[in-house]
Amino acid sequence: MARKVKFLQGNEACVEGALMAGMTFYSGYPITPSTEIAELSAEGLPRIGGKFIQMEDEIAGIAAAIGASLTGAKAMTATSGPGFSLKQENIGYAALTEVPVVIVNVQRGGPSTGLPTAPGQGDLMQAMWGTHGDHPVICLTPDSVKETFDLTIRAFNLAEKYRTPVILLTDEITGHMREKIEIPDQSEIEIYNRIKPTLGEDYKAYKVYDGDIVPKMADFGSGFRYHVTGLMHDETGFPSNSTKNAAVLMDRLMAKIENNKEDIITYEEIETADAEYLIVAYGGTARTAKAAIKTLRAEGIKVGLFRPITVWPFPEKQVVELSEKVKDVLVAELNYGQMKLEVERVVKGNCPVRFCGKANGEVLTPEELIRKFKEVL
Amino acid sequence: MNHPLVEGYFRMEKFPHIWCPGCGHGIIMASIARSIEKLGLDKDKVCIVSGIGCSSRAPGYMDFNTLHTTHGRALAFATGVKLANPELEVIVIAGDGDLSAIGGNHLIHAARRNIGLTTICFNNNIYGMTGGQYSPTTPTNEKGTTAPYGNIDKPFDITQLAMGAGATYAAKTTVYHVNQMDKLIESAISHKGFSLVEAISICPTYYGRKNKKGSVVDMMNWLKDSFVDHKVAEKLPPEKKEGKFLMGEFINKIEPEYTEQYDKIIEQLKK
Amino acid sequence: MSKQLELRLSGSGGQGLITAGIILAEAALKDNMNAIQTQSYGPEARGGASKAEVIISDAAIDFPKVTLPTMTLALTQIASDKYIGDISEEGTIIVDDTIQLPEGIKAKNIYKIPIIKTAVSEVGKEIVANIVALGLIVGLTGIVSEESLEQAIMSRIPKGTEDLNRLALKKGYELAKNI
Repeated sequence: MARKVKFLQGNEACVEGALMAGMTFYSGYPITPSTEIAELSAEGLPRIGGKFIQMEDEIAGIAAAIGASLTGAKAMTATSGPGFSLKQENIGYAALTEVPVVIVNVQRGGPSTGLPTAPGQGDLMQAMWGTHGDHPVICLTPDSVKETFDLTIRAFNLAEKYRTPVILLTDEITGHMREKIEIPDQSEIEIYNRIKPTLGEDYKAYKVYDGDIVPKMADFGSGFRYHVTGLMHDETGFPSNSTKNAAVLMDRLMAKIENNKEDIITYEEIETADAEYLIVAYGGTARTAKAAIKTLRAEGIKVGLFRPITVWPFPEKQVVELSEKVKDVLVAELNYGQMKLEVERVVKGNCPVRFCGKANGEVLTPEELIRKFKEVL
Repeated sequence: MNHPLVEGYFRMEKFPHIWCPGCGHGIIMASIARSIEKLGLDKDKVCIVSGIGCSSRAPGYMDFNTLHTTHGRALAFATGVKLANPELEVIVIAGDGDLSAIGGNHLIHAARRNIGLTTICFNNNIYGMTGGQYSPTTPTNEKGTTAPYGNIDKPFDITQLAMGAGATYAAKTTVYHVNQMDKLIESAISHKGFSLVEAISICPTYYGRKNKKGSVVDMMNWLKDSFVDHKVAEKLPPEKKEGKFLMGEFINKIEPEYTEQYDKIIEQLKK
Repeated sequence: MSKQLELRLSGSGGQGLITAGIILAEAALKDNMNAIQTQSYGPEARGGASKAEVIISDAAIDFPKVTLPTMTLALTQIASDKYIGDISEEGTIIVDDTIQLPEGIKAKNIYKIPIIKTAVSEVGKEIVANIVALGLIVGLTGIVSEESLEQAIMSRIPKGTEDLNRLALKKGYELAKNI
């Protein structure tokens, strides 16, 4: 098996992962700090017979990716905060029409143009609630270059498996830092491909057949001639004004994620077995927390880290269980307390939930986190 | 018995359509189907993409690979479909608001790239689906529900706009001039590169009533009397051209097509 | 104690300091150490003040940013004014000899070295000042092996500039020896 050791940025690892996952199409619009993802896709895709296109705007960037996915391509687009906002309508479209697509958001400081070259984590809630209407969301957050590689592959796999847009929510810290990464051989990587119908069998474009999680997805041009619409639709895929139909569709869309949380949710726990205190952190900020916990443990303080890797759906069960054991939870993130809100919601008063964060474009240092943590002692 | 064209190219069970009596859109939809039939295209390899609006409901009735997208974005979705699978004949159906207001950016860039998409604009000079607001093609001084005192905007000429942006095929016709429309849509679909046919439609329900244009027949007669082929117009004396709008094929030239250019890069990299 | 260097390389955009940071980190990987490289930059592609940071350690590196460098290099006055203030008490400051240091700056070692002049007059190209600086840093710290550093440099530089860069590296080592 040919493993390659490389020294890569997170953004570079994202493209390496995407290509290994089977990406054959990328469309996007340049935006700092995500641009390396577009540049490397532009370089890499035509080499494998894939397609890259720089579209006229962020909206077109995701629209073309969805269009390509409908022909059978594994498609990705990447952006940062302002562009992520522009893509939201079509993220909802992909969710309702159940078109697999991967959207990478390398978060920077916001709102507005904000701090384009500095990190932030202010898009956590946007990733969940950004588009209009209720919809299923899968959002993954890496804390290292290697994990950016791994989660990009997982994002494609989940998108294909659940026929839904998957958001890879990274940040300027992991996107631009360079670390050692051992790239596995293609044979070591698990790939999930969408289930396609076979010609001649009964096929309704939006019917879930026995044993499947989602409807089978035919490639445009493969002989099925079906209809895709952003309107509420029935099993045939055609628009329907029936409220009963709308309820069936919405229930199914939400349930395909809700009922498969065990498969979708991943997380990391460090030193939680005997922990009296818990820090919750994700993405680039988890690196700060890992350093802080080492220092605090060395001082004899029983503190552990819970790091959601899947941030949406939120690992509610795990956080609740930990909150029943510890005296205090401190959520660290680069915003004004977005995940803190979610932790508070699920913990329901089992223990106090405190917050340590900022949104000025700086990373949180271990010293700052330790100082905040020690206020509880 | 239904007409064989209807049986062969439409999803019979989806009718009746949503359009009002007298709406011009069905004429254009049928013309597209006739052109596809005449060209003998494989239905499995045709993809029809639309955005949002009255005209954008057409693909739902048409028996192809059909994609009803978000408002204004049909060309952007279609670009992804075409680039990912250039084998597909991709036809975009868009209304005037969809194509030249919210989707105006995609129109000029699709034209600039000369990507092999055929765009048929169903131009009824109004936002019909939302109830009669003025659009970028509503003539100055005409009325809409959002221009109750008369529209002070200058209208776009969508054909000229596409040409200015680099379309290699552009033509204009009306729902009265159906024979011409069939020919133009056929040429546009056969054209390699970005093509646009602007089909002037009529909206008796909103545009007609709001602007006192009379009956559907009056509106059709107005199209008949007001539009003249630009090649015919060249030979007319000035007094006969007074107040007329020009239609016909305005540009038809061959330039490198986008997906073919991209495939060349792929080929070069294989060496 | 694990071997650890927290290095800040600063100068103006276009001086190749981010490349230098990557090269040093890649040399560390060749020596089976852990390394992380980060950077901060403004809107300017050229000019301005840019910095690259490298952490090299035997142990796993959690926090990727340098907060208190054990060594800081500054090649321009603007970078020096902006970045050399934060330095570990045990740390080393290296600045180009054209730079005016602020009064009262405290570090274990402070060196003013003709890095750019060496690149210009002894190697012949100002563009290789970054490689001269790498030779100087590795000469002073021994943080990576000379063999790994040379390999790392050779894999990152444009073809045809190998001899130029080898000379720059040699001159860097000489600058270290002469301190």
